[in-house]
Amino acid sequence: MSPQSRPTPVPFRTGAAVLALAALLATAACSGTTRGDDEEGGGGDRATAEADPDAPLAEGLAVAFLPKQVNNPYFTVADAGGATAVEEFAGEYKEVGPSEASASSQVSYVNTLSQQGTDVIVTAANDPNAVCGALNGARSAGASVVTFDSDASPECRDLFVNQATAEGIAEIQVQLIAEQIGGAGQIAILSATPNATNQNTWIGLMEEELAKPEYADIELVTVAYGNDEDEKSFQETQGLLRSYPDLAGIVSPTTVGLAAAARYLSGSEYRGEVALTGLGTPNQMREFVADGTVESFALWDPADLGYLAAYAGAALASGQITGSEGETFTAGELGEYEVGADGVVVLGPPTVFDAGNIDEFDF
Amino acid sequence: MSAADTASPPRRRPTSPRSGRGGGLGRLGAARELGVLLALAALVAVTAASNSRFLSAQSIQDVLLSAAILVVLAVGQTLVIVTRNIDLSVGSVLGLAAFGTGELLSSAPGTPIPLALLFGLGLGALCGVVNGALIAAARVPALVITLGTLYVFRGVDHSWAAGEQINAADMPRGFLDFGTATLLGVPVLALLAVAVLAVVATYLRSYRGGRELYAIGSEPTAARLSGIPVGRRVFGAFVVSGALAGLAGVLHAARFGTVDATVGTGIELQVVAAAVVGGVAIFGGSGSAYGAALGALLLTTIGSSLAVLRVDPFWQQAVVGGLILAAIGLDRLLAARVAGRPGRRRVLHGA
Repeated sequence: MSPQSRPTPVPFRTGAAVLALAALLATAACSGTTRGDDEEGGGGDRATAEADPDAPLAEGLAVAFLPKQVNNPYFTVADAGGATAVEEFAGEYKEVGPSEASASSQVSYVNTLSQQGTDVIVTAANDPNAVCGALNGARSAGASVVTFDSDASPECRDLFVNQATAEGIAEIQVQLIAEQIGGAGQIAILSATPNATNQNTWIGLMEEELAKPEYADIELVTVAYGNDEDEKSFQETQGLLRSYPDLAGIVSPTTVGLAAAARYLSGSEYRGEVALTGLGTPNQMREFVADGTVESFALWDPADLGYLAAYAGAALASGQITGSEGETFTAGELGEYEVGADGVVVLGPPTVFDAGNIDEFDF
Repeated sequence: MSAADTASPPRRRPTSPRSGRGGGLGRLGAARELGVLLALAALVAVTAASNSRFLSAQSIQDVLLSAAILVVLAVGQTLVIVTRNIDLSVGSVLGLAAFGTGELLSSAPGTPIPLALLFGLGLGALCGVVNGALIAAARVPALVITLGTLYVFRGVDHSWAAGEQINAADMPRGFLDFGTATLLGVPVLALLAVAVLAVVATYLRSYRGGRELYAIGSEPTAARLSGIPVGRRVFGAFVVSGALAGLAGVLHAARFGTVDATVGTGIELQVVAAAVVGGVAIFGGSGSAYGAALGALLLTTIGSSLAVLRVDPFWQQAVVGGLILAAIGLDRLLAARVAGRPGRRRVLHGA
């Protein structure tokens, strides 16, 4: 899930998760009545517990972060956010995890954490089903399970902390490009592969967004596909500029595409002439924000994601919430969050990075 | 494989550069490159007819810059392929050298660019030595060995990078500027590629060692019997191919400004395609570095023009494949024409 892992950069995999989530939300309407029963089956002693919104956060909670893989810079940042939160509510933080993000590699870690009597397990699932049995075992043993970044099947976790919704991602990108081109002109999208479902979902939502009256003067001329390869993204960017001489801006909802397009624009005659925005990491884009090629771009802050996930776990373990829709809890300095349908908490709209704040981020 | 047979250079070392390919054979060699050139010209003409901006200065610069890395790799690959071998590890070597250079430059930003280039060359040459030594020691086809080292070098790259990514901001501005700089309107990277091409092409065409590579590829047993140090020459070809892949890695880092452990994955097939499209016979013994470079330029131009022509993305790969086949077909047609009747006889013979 790290944006740094380039073959399937973050927006791609996240999108798959977002899409899976959308499907889950769709089915939730039908299965909503049985959800409570599921919880009683899997949740053990906590199933009968009522949520007490006024309960204080328990001290000394043992909180374990289990990322997809250790040594992945994206998760290093996310887990560090979790560590900050755990320190704030005076718990014990630890991070364990496999060195390789394979489907079953997390199972033994979950089992060990369960045996150690861990109160909160915060994990990003490498596979929605592979860890399911182990997670339910841990929940029976009394642990609260929060997934973040990549969800496990809903029946084997208490909460999923989602970094952003597909709608939020589409909205922010349209808003950014509209600002940068002054609300009127031709724009194009530089996507990953033509078959990437998450990209296509976002593109569809961006088209809907562009249909709104406030964006009436913006015309989406085409969608190009850089296949998340440097060279292909370069060539597609060049092709866009040749084919549409009046192009005012490019939106690239993929980290590889955005970095490649920025690199091309920064060394060409189009720098400053053609606006560029999309989803990217601050480290990748720092140079291009500094040299004026890119004004602003968006992505969620992984540190905030880890921070929120840790607080959600603590709220569960302290009995403030049980994971049912409509419950609320406070996540430190991020403020109050509400549990949505199917036990999902959304971090919020993506963070916008520009020259003013980019140096505060390192991921 | 008729073309391979007809273009086989004489097995004994030439007495002069010109006699290297002989009169008729030389003409044939020129025709092959002519075929690729014609295909290239046709492609540019069609694209420019549909969109005249394809011929703008910026656009031509872009294509030359895009082609530079592939040209360097294809030229190195030519050295190996003419000896009836293949080097599939070039993509991984490129990745390793790109990451190594990025790491060097981010930890020591003051490193002068020539030193960075030498570092990449050296790292690549080291990988080439591993390839060459394994092939010489194991006496297993290079296809198998380099398929293995493709994964080994990539694995080393992965463990070295440990998920880290080197971004444009980590590298010195001067190095990034080198990636896009132009000299009299021509990208510096492209000039560097042309220099590499000129050196290798001259060596292959006019030097004893170069001619011996063709002899080895035409008939290894005969080459050995006639006293050519086959093992040493093949080893040398792999070292140079590795070194050039390393150089390409440095160019990649300078051009794209973003380097992680996946850089260059899968590029080896494009490199082999470029060489083959350029008339380098996959079974060795024939082809020129110029042809391979033209092949690389053609493949790059195909990519650029498809983007300009706005071909349906779902069809692009199929169109690329079709254009490659068309280029090879045109090339074969011209080769047969130029060779005339004897050529056709050899076609039958070869088939």
